[in-house]
Formats: sequence, C-alpha cells, structure tokens
Amino acid sequence: MKSFHGGVHPNDSKKYTAAKSIEPAPLPKKVTIPLRQHIGAPVSPIVKKGDEVKKGQLIAQTDAFVSGNVHASVSGKVVDVGDYPHPVFGSSMSIVIESDGLDTWADGIPVQREWGKLDSKELLKIIRDAGIVGMGGATFPTHVKLAPPPDKKIDTFILNGSECEPFLTADYRVMLEHAERIVTGVKITMKVLGVNTGYVGIEDNKPDAVKVLRDAFSGTQVKVVALPTKYPQGAEKMLIKMLTGREVPSGGLPMDVGAVVQNVGTITAISDAVTRGVPLIERVVTVSGSAVKEPKNLLMRIGTAFADALDYCGGLKSEPAKIIMGGPMMGFAQSTVDVPVIKGTSGILFLSKKDVNYRKESACIHCGRCVEACPMGLNPSMLSILGERQMYKEAKEDYSLLDCMECGSCVYVCPAKRSIVQYVRYAKAQNAAQAQKEKAKVAV
Amino acid sequence: MDSEQSIKMNLLTVSPSPHITSEESIPKIMWTVNASLAPAVVFAAWHFGMPAIITMLVGIVSAVATEYLVQKIRKKEVTINDGSAFLTGLLLAMCLPPELPWYMTATGSFLAIAVAKHSMGGLGYNIFNPAHIGRAALMVSWPVAMTTWTKMTTRVDVVTSATPLNILKQQGYAKLIETFGDAPSLYKAMFFGTRNGSIGETSAVLLILGGLFLIYKGYVKWEVPVVMIGTVGVLTWIFGPAGLFTGDAVFHMMAGGLMIGAFFMATDMVTIPITRKGKIIFAIGAGALTALIRLKGGYPEGVCYSILLMNSVTPLIDRFVVPKKFGAGR
Repeated sequence: MKSFHGGVHPNDSKKYTAAKSIEPAPLPKKVTIPLRQHIGAPVSPIVKKGDEVKKGQLIAQTDAFVSGNVHASVSGKVVDVGDYPHPVFGSSMSIVIESDGLDTWADGIPVQREWGKLDSKELLKIIRDAGIVGMGGATFPTHVKLAPPPDKKIDTFILNGSECEPFLTADYRVMLEHAERIVTGVKITMKVLGVNTGYVGIEDNKPDAVKVLRDAFSGTQVKVVALPTKYPQGAEKMLIKMLTGREVPSGGLPMDVGAVVQNVGTITAISDAVTRGVPLIERVVTVSGSAVKEPKNLLMRIGTAFADALDYCGGLKSEPAKIIMGGPMMGFAQSTVDVPVIKGTSGILFLSKKDVNYRKESACIHCGRCVEACPMGLNPSMLSILGERQMYKEAKEDYSLLDCMECGSCVYVCPAKRSIVQYVRYAKAQNAAQAQKEKAKVAV
Repeated sequence: MDSEQSIKMNLLTVSPSPHITSEESIPKIMWTVNASLAPAVVFAAWHFGMPAIITMLVGIVSAVATEYLVQKIRKKEVTINDGSAFLTGLLLAMCLPPELPWYMTATGSFLAIAVAKHSMGGLGYNIFNPAHIGRAALMVSWPVAMTTWTKMTTRVDVVTSATPLNILKQQGYAKLIETFGDAPSLYKAMFFGTRNGSIGETSAVLLILGGLFLIYKGYVKWEVPVVMIGTVGVLTWIFGPAGLFTGDAVFHMMAGGLMIGAFFMATDMVTIPITRKGKIIFAIGAGALTALIRLKGGYPEGVCYSILLMNSVTPLIDRFVVPKKFGAGR
C-alpha cells in the first residue's frame, strides 16, 4: 500500500503494555470532574456542594449544541464545586465528588435497549445526552460530528484504530477484548449517518487486532484495512486519504470529502450509551513510560487523579523527566499529578530523561528533514523561523501556517531540536488575536 | 503517596509536544561528515606527504580557534565541539595546494569562520559555504601561491607542477593525454588520485566512497552530486575541443574539485535549497557554471565559484520551489 507523504517512525514503545489486559482500576475515593472536557461551550453545574449524587447522574449541562454533558462517575457526595487543576487548560471549574464506596447507579441506568427500533434522531439524542466526545484526545462533541450540515453529503464512515502514538495501547486492547461493542458502535454510528460504506483502519503493527476485527466485521459492509505503521497514520486527513484516496482540502474538514472518522474509545462509548443507557463516565487509559513500575491498561473513572493512577501501577521506578497526558507526540506535559483523567485522556505517561532525549535548541541548519517529514507538505523550518522573528502574517499567508496540524513529526526529526510546534502554535494564536482586533475595529 | 511526593520534589519539564525526539543532532551530523572525509585525508597524507598534513592541521586548528575567539568575544555559547568549524577548516585545507604557506591557510580559515560564518550569525545563518569563501578569498589575495602546485612525476620521465586542468587550459587536450601517456592512464590517475591538484580533491574513488557513506546515512541527497557531476559531464562532452560531442566527459567529471565539491560542498545543508526539487535546480546550476568556467572562463577550474554563485540564489530557489501541500488540489 502506498503511504502518505512524510511522517516519522519513532520507536513505538508499546511493549510495556501491549500484552496487558484491560484492568478495572479500584474505585477512587474522590473524583474531580472538570466542566471543560470538550471543545465548545462550557457546561454549567446543576448540583451544588453537599448534594448526594449517584453514578451516571447528570451533574452539568448546557443548551448549546456544540458542548458535552457531564455525569457523576461515582456515587457519593459533592464536596466542592470550584477551580481545580486541569490536564489541558491549566485549571477549570470542576465538581469534586467523594465516593460513598457503594458505587450505586442513578435511576434508570443501566437499561437493556433494543436500538434497532430507534431512528437516527433518537440515537443522536442518546449520544448527545450521554456526553460523548472524541476520546482520541481532540474531545470534539461526537453528536456534532454525527450531525453534519445538510449540504455535506456523508457516504463513508471510518473507525480510527491506528493508534499511531507511541506507548498507547488502550485502543488496541479495546479492539482485542471488546470487538462486539465496537461492531455495535459502528453499526449504530453508520445508521445515524445513514451510510453504507465503512472502514476500520489499523496500523499493521497490530496484526492480531486486524484479525479479531476482520472476524467480528465479517458479513458486514465494513472493511478492516491494515495500514502501514507510520506516524501520524491516525491523523484524520491521512487516514481518509489512505482508505478512500480522498484529500481533505486545505482548511476543510473530513465532511468536505464525505467522511466521518471516530476513535475506538468513542465508538465503544456510543455502544454503551445506546444499548445500556450508560453515559460516558469511564474510559481505558494506558499508564506507561519507562519511569513507571508496572505499566498497565486501566479502565478508570473520569475524574480519577493521575496520582491515583500512578499508585495503581505500583508508583515510580525512576525519576520522571516529563509527565504526559495523551501520547508523546501530541500529548500535554503536566506540572503535577493532581490533575484528573478526563474524557480525552488516552494515556498517562511517565517519561524518563532517556525517553525525552532533551537537547538544547539551536539555529536551523536547513537540513530539510522537517520538509521531508511533514505530512501536510509544508515547510516547518520556515514556519519556525517566521515564528521566531514574529512574522506571523507571512507565516499564515505565504507558508500556510493554518494547515499545520501540529503532529510534531518535524520536531521529532529536527537535529537542531527546534520547537517548531511551539512557534507554530504561538504564530496561530497571534494571528487569531490580530483577527479579533481587526474585527473589533470594524465593529467600532 | 510516596510517588506523589517524589514527583513534587523534582522539577518536571513542561513544554509543548512532541515530547520525544530522534537521536539526530548537529554534532552527530557534522562529525559523521568529518569521518566520511577520512579516506581522502589519509590518501592525501600519503600522496602529498608532510606539507599536506601540516596544511590540513593548520586549517583545522585555525578554524576551530577562530570560532572559539569569535564566540568568546561575542559572549556567545562556545560550540567548537559540534564539529562544524573542524569541518570547515578541513574542507578548506583539502581545497588548497599542499605547499601553501601556513599563514595563508590560517588566513583562509579565519575568513571562512569569522566572515563567512559568524558575521552572518553563525551556524545555520550563513549564506555562503564558509570553506569556499575562504578559498575564494585566498585566490584573490595570493593568486600565485594558490596556483603553485607540488612538483610531481606523472610519467616516468615527466616532472610537472601543473594540475591536469592547468595542462588542459594552457596546452590543450592532446598535451594532457601525452603527459599521462594515454587516456586509460589518465583516467586511472584521476580515479585513484595519483595526480596533481589540491590536497583532498585528487582521489575520485575515495571521495565517492565517503559520499556514498553520507548518502547511506541520509545526510546527503544522492540527487545533488549525481546531477551536478552529470551536468558537468554532459556539457563538457557536448562542447568538446574538436566541435560538438567531442569532449572528454570522463576526465572532466573526475577533474579538479568537482568530486569533493559535488559530494561535500554542494551538499552543505545550510547553504543549499531545502526541498528536493530545489536541490536539483541548485545542482544543475552549479554544474552548468562549472562547465562554463572550465570551457570559456579564464580559470582552469570553476567549482568553487559556481557553488558560491548558486549559494547566492538559494533563498530565491527556496522562495519559489515549495513542497506540494496536502489538500491543495491536483
């Protein structure tokens, strides 16, 4: 299979957890559930300090369409509603629940539901009510993705099983252990979208997952495809190109080429919400890295502290240089372990100095490795230099700044260790601020 | 709880993604290039003897010392261990006549590092190949010394102190063949390096060997040397001494500083275009200019000037030759 242009081959480091079955983590004593776990409008708490809540109970919501409901992940008492550390945003309004240890479900959960009789509108409502967002890390509300504007004709559904980030094995284990839920979730999603063509894309370094899903999907319209192992294979645009040959236009979205992509975790959450009425309150998280004693794939409640996750894994083996939420290529570095698992937490990594391979940044030597590695066909060297010199407008207009998806392939290969992604993000933010300013000027 | 405390006591690095990087580094690249020159260096030491060894040492030491001084004076971090100043000094020396007075070599290194490299901002910011700037400066400063070659026996009874390209320019192709006996002997001398010339440029085979190693390591794109040498070959063959298509391409491809220039100077990352297509344009330009200078110019050799000239249009090439953007349409 001809691969997409660019990309890199980091050591996949999946050996730590690939062979480890998903293990349900012990019930946490306390969960801190942030109200910002998604892209879009914030949700407002509907419980207050002192309230008793049940597992699965809605605790924060909004009427805004692009948003995601939040549910209690344990039963117990709300001990605080306030600002707490957040793994992505630094801090966020959060609801803290102290578990009563009983883990009782809210009324009406779980249920047995015959979803075959439901129409796509009803299914979509269930998915929205369950607070499902993209669990690969982007946390875009799923019901929005599944309800594209009427002028975008969707004909293809893609399940993203590539899990191209090193270290992460959560999706892999779910594919091996929960194939039926995946099949159900895919069927539901395809019904919601009204499409007949489905693909499952899996990197060929997971042949057993390919086999399990091929068997599970046999006799359906869904084709399971083994893709060349290369980062960022799991980027939506790369995946769509590989599976359908279609290229999402610059500045466009997958729906512009008739495709919708969902992550493995998201699909199982859809299955659970629709068939059992269970909202998104837990997820599989890979806890790994060479600094952690017993790396594991843990099924954890949303709101569980990273510190608890670390304790479940036997603590530290050596001094970590970096703690990451997500994968090492696109994840978020943490300054503390007092942050909670959120809906987009695919992994918690404790990376040693050796993993990080930190070296001081120097001037670009123009070697061109970043140009070769860039899957978007950009010139990362130039973007970093323009960012460094505060030439944000040129970066945007002459060097397609906004096409960069920040996959980090350029930084990975850079011998000068330049923080290209950092420059790109800053330049994007500066351009956005400038656009705001101009808009305000026009308004005046 | 223990683990939590131990994390709090340490300082964690918080920086944007990605959080892992490859093993590649600038020192690794530069020292690998230095190592790939080793076969040609050893051959030069044997072929030209002590004067060549001294010139190479002076070139390296003065380049590294200049870098140290410049960085000290400018209160910048001293980066002499990254191998780049070492490489500049070595490459410059390899492009000089073996018996050049030491102070000239040192001046060349000084100009290469202080002017061509650090006046532009240091490694990564220089527009021109520093070693070639050093050579060009020496060429205009001491033209006689820079064209005084070692006396050596090319055939049993002929002692000459001219390089093959000198003979070709001044006495013609027939005399060149006569000097070496016959064409095969000429080619053999050119290929193995038993001919006159600058210190490190003579042995085509050892330079190709080093170049292949760099291509294998991924530090050199094969397109650059192949296209540059190929362009020189095609043009010198077409515009031959006895009319169209009579030139001696084989000789020209191995002559002068073309091998060392095409494999080690025209591939200097800092001063050539960043895209593959841009690199090919660069190589065609450098090859064409080399052929033009050799065939029509006043100098017998033109590799140094043609690479410098193409260095000057590198930013322009990079501005217009851009990679194919994903999602930009067919």
